[in-house]
Amino acid sequence: MSAPLPVTLTVNGETLSHLIEPRETLADFLRRDLGLTGTHTGCEMGVCGACLVMLDGVPVHACLIFAVQAAGADIATVEGLTESAAVADLQRAFHERNALQCGFCTPGMLITAQGLLARTSVPSRAEIRDALSGNYCRCTGYEAIVDAIETVAHKRAAGEAAPRFTEEPA
Amino acid sequence: MNAPLGSLDRPNSYIGRSVARPNAKRLLAGRGRYVTDLALPRMLHAAFLRSPYAHARIVAIDAEAARAMPGVRLVATGADLATLCTPWVGTLDHFTGMKSAPQLPLPLEEVLWAGQAVVAVVADTRAQAEDAVEAILVEFEDLPPVADIDIARESGADRAALAVEDNLCFRSRLDTGGIEAIFAGATHVVEEEFHFGRHTAVTLEPRAILADWDASEGKLTVHHATQTPYQFQDLYSRHYGIPEASVRVIAPDIGGSFGMKLHVYHEDMAVIGLALLCRRPVKYVADRMESFVSDIHARDHRVRARMAVDGDGSILAMDVDDVTAIGAFSAYPRTSAVEGNQVIRLMGAPYGFRNYRAELAVVFQNKVQTSQYRAVGHPIACAVTERLVDMAATRAGLDPVAMRAKNLIPDEAYPCASPTGYRFEALSHQASLARLKALMDYDGLRAEQAALRACGVHRGIGLAAFVEISNPSPAFYGIGGARISAQDGATLSITPSGEVRCLISVTEQGQGTETIIGQIVADQLGVVREKVRVITGDTETTPHGGATWACRGAGIGGETALQAARRLRDNVLALAAAILQARPGELDLRDGIVVDALSGAERVSLAEVARIAYFRSDTLPPDASAQLSITHHYAPQGYPFAFTNGIQGCHVELDVDTGLVKILKHWVVEDCGRIINPLLVDEQVRGGVVQGLGAAFFEECRYDAGGQLTNGSLADYLVPMAGEMPDIVVGHIETPTADTVLGAKGCGEAGTAAAAAAALNAVNDAMVPFGASIAQIPMTPARLLKSLGKI
Ligand code: FES
Ligand code: FES
Repeated sequence: MSAPLPVTLTVNGETLSHLIEPRETLADFLRRDLGLTGTHTGCEMGVCGACLVMLDGVPVHACLIFAVQAAGADIATVEGLTESAAVADLQRAFHERNALQCGFCTPGMLITAQGLLARTSVPSRAEIRDALSGNYCRCTGYEAIVDAIETVAHKRAAGEAAPRFTEEPA
Repeated sequence: MNAPLGSLDRPNSYIGRSVARPNAKRLLAGRGRYVTDLALPRMLHAAFLRSPYAHARIVAIDAEAARAMPGVRLVATGADLATLCTPWVGTLDHFTGMKSAPQLPLPLEEVLWAGQAVVAVVADTRAQAEDAVEAILVEFEDLPPVADIDIARESGADRAALAVEDNLCFRSRLDTGGIEAIFAGATHVVEEEFHFGRHTAVTLEPRAILADWDASEGKLTVHHATQTPYQFQDLYSRHYGIPEASVRVIAPDIGGSFGMKLHVYHEDMAVIGLALLCRRPVKYVADRMESFVSDIHARDHRVRARMAVDGDGSILAMDVDDVTAIGAFSAYPRTSAVEGNQVIRLMGAPYGFRNYRAELAVVFQNKVQTSQYRAVGHPIACAVTERLVDMAATRAGLDPVAMRAKNLIPDEAYPCASPTGYRFEALSHQASLARLKALMDYDGLRAEQAALRACGVHRGIGLAAFVEISNPSPAFYGIGGARISAQDGATLSITPSGEVRCLISVTEQGQGTETIIGQIVADQLGVVREKVRVITGDTETTPHGGATWACRGAGIGGETALQAARRLRDNVLALAAAILQARPGELDLRDGIVVDALSGAERVSLAEVARIAYFRSDTLPPDASAQLSITHHYAPQGYPFAFTNGIQGCHVELDVDTGLVKILKHWVVEDCGRIINPLLVDEQVRGGVVQGLGAAFFEECRYDAGGQLTNGSLADYLVPMAGEMPDIVVGHIETPTADTVLGAKGCGEAGTAAAAAAALNAVNDAMVPFGASIAQIPMTPARLLKSLGKI
């Protein structure tokens, strides 16, 4: 085991300096050191998508990179994207369409959806399913997730902005 | 008084309405609180050394080096924990003759499967605990592993567990008599040998437990990712000798369960002991590799079955032999024999034939334990029956729809019983079939299939009718001696501000339990839904109950909530009547306001009634009783189970050169009685279907001859992903059960029950032009190419 290294990175808009063990993954760093437990781990080998975060605006598996490798990077987790309301429309659509059950895959699904809609403004259902090919969900059967992302794609294309998600009454 | 249930045109009519889940917003915001997320002060972490052998004797354990490693607080062996925890045996009394080897948290002498936890390490961090596991030396002496189900049953065969005398865990026979003669005289007999692979739950959140022993108070608190906190409260109490009231089990947000998280796992039992020994909180989260070798697996059946049919296509009889392998011991406390028992009892259940014979053998082998996982036994019984029905239809010259219309129990024939003894109150097979045929545009698909075949495109259409067991009475476990409740309890209170709290024993794993309970309470009490807070998953606060399994949440939990809400409403109206000097029968509660029942005129708000009750009881008439909290229990009565039914259709395209199957579309028509929330029911069905399709095409725990799991990672074990899954059309027929006021039955397992059967029939239908067939799932490309004679 080698000694912790000093690392500076930005997480959800805040620049932080931490001493981090070289063997700690970004996922473990976010969850354990920062308490950002919205990032989940389901496989720790890059196949389930539960750990996806935005790294410099691109979805990245937090289980596959070491936290020290994220030095200088700008990370956004589901908590940060919720605060900034960047995914408020996706959250609302998932909620209304019941596109989650246990919710363990959901943060990763939101990140994938956000990444997809940044690349392709109105993807087809097949393209949405394809984009979700690295996101495992055991509960929903995927269709509601595809529906929710499709709805948001059309709304965004029509220029509809969404207010913050969590402040509304249930 | 109470308007008819499900009429949506009165205030607070929520039963039957699609509403979103209030508790899902937290999960969407990344604020879920799963056991994997929890951290307690002074918390330690456990890791386990696991057996590399499928069957071995432990000769010696040397943990000296590990004990000296940084951060290590405790290294514990089987002997250390055996002084604290009494052994358990996974049998039920009503399964006569059943046997199984006693189990302890960690083994004393013998390991029974590759991956079994042998030594536990507790350290300050998980990484330190894992490092120390590497430093432990265990000397094993290899014992012969038992793998093959036929060899296992030979007399004098090697034993999977030395503590039991042979490898037969349980056997059962059903026979209505005269079967040989019926088969001998039948116009057509179809038969097949079916193979159903092992698969596993692969919940996205693995198993997780955090045990906290407070020695000063003598109190054990366990945060446990489970569906059944009461069952575990009872088990931890009895096996560790801690008074029940001093054991608290909390099941917070759970990242998927599907039956997998309601069984006793050795590691979980060990963690309780580790917390007792360390006197500090101890946490264990299985990693994905550990999940594959320690979560229960499911299925693993070889079924030989035949069906006798007369000249006009009427089914006369079925004859079934099921051999199922369950690992080296039976799971606790629900056993590993329930699935096989349900397989032989559910065979042919949708159909009207009267003659049946079945033989079940439940066999030990050196692999991970199997036990109840979503749709227990149903997918096996359904696939065998439905495939034979299609084969029989071909022989009788009938289309699969016509064959089913002829043989499914008529909708007006109820009540009736199956030849295996299941009693059906009221089902809707014929209406479901007609509905499915229309939904699918069955005739259109058949025409398209014929046209495409001519151009070398091979599509297949498969149907599968099913019944599903829901709302189980004590006939399931209680009569077998297991302390697993068939009843549920709810405590309902009006808060001083006139809001409502409902503490209920059914639990939430994302299916929407809290939402539907909130709907029922609001509907029956007469308040807006937003005023009702539902609390689940904590044995300290909620009344004891069965919790959530076997599709009992809506049917039994929902009825509990309904009856509780009606009682509380009566109390509210009685108190309001005393305040208003009116008669309770003249009043009603609507939208949180006590109104004149006839005119609807507002009399007093619920908030005002509560304010008076809690703060100005001095102003109440002397005989007024302000009972604004009630606790109510409900146990199912009447039929031992509320059966649901339905039918599924699957449309596939088979690439005969690669063996790849594209699932084009899937349809489900199901009848779960009264639907409380259509949005949630449809998504339960879809999720269930996808689990069934996973089993049909992808999922299999593969073992080598030595009992080693060869694909135990999420990269090697294939699960259904979005790109491979079709859109799923869901239709409903509603036949409420008359056993309850609510009339709801379960819906969580219907999708899984028949999806693989429909897929199996669809793929076989696609292979008809090649004279090929398959009777094994998963239907992998290699197996399909083999069936087609291409490899
Ligand atoms: S935990 Fe990172 S992809 Fe599964
Ligand atoms: S909602 Fe449970 S894994 Fe997707």
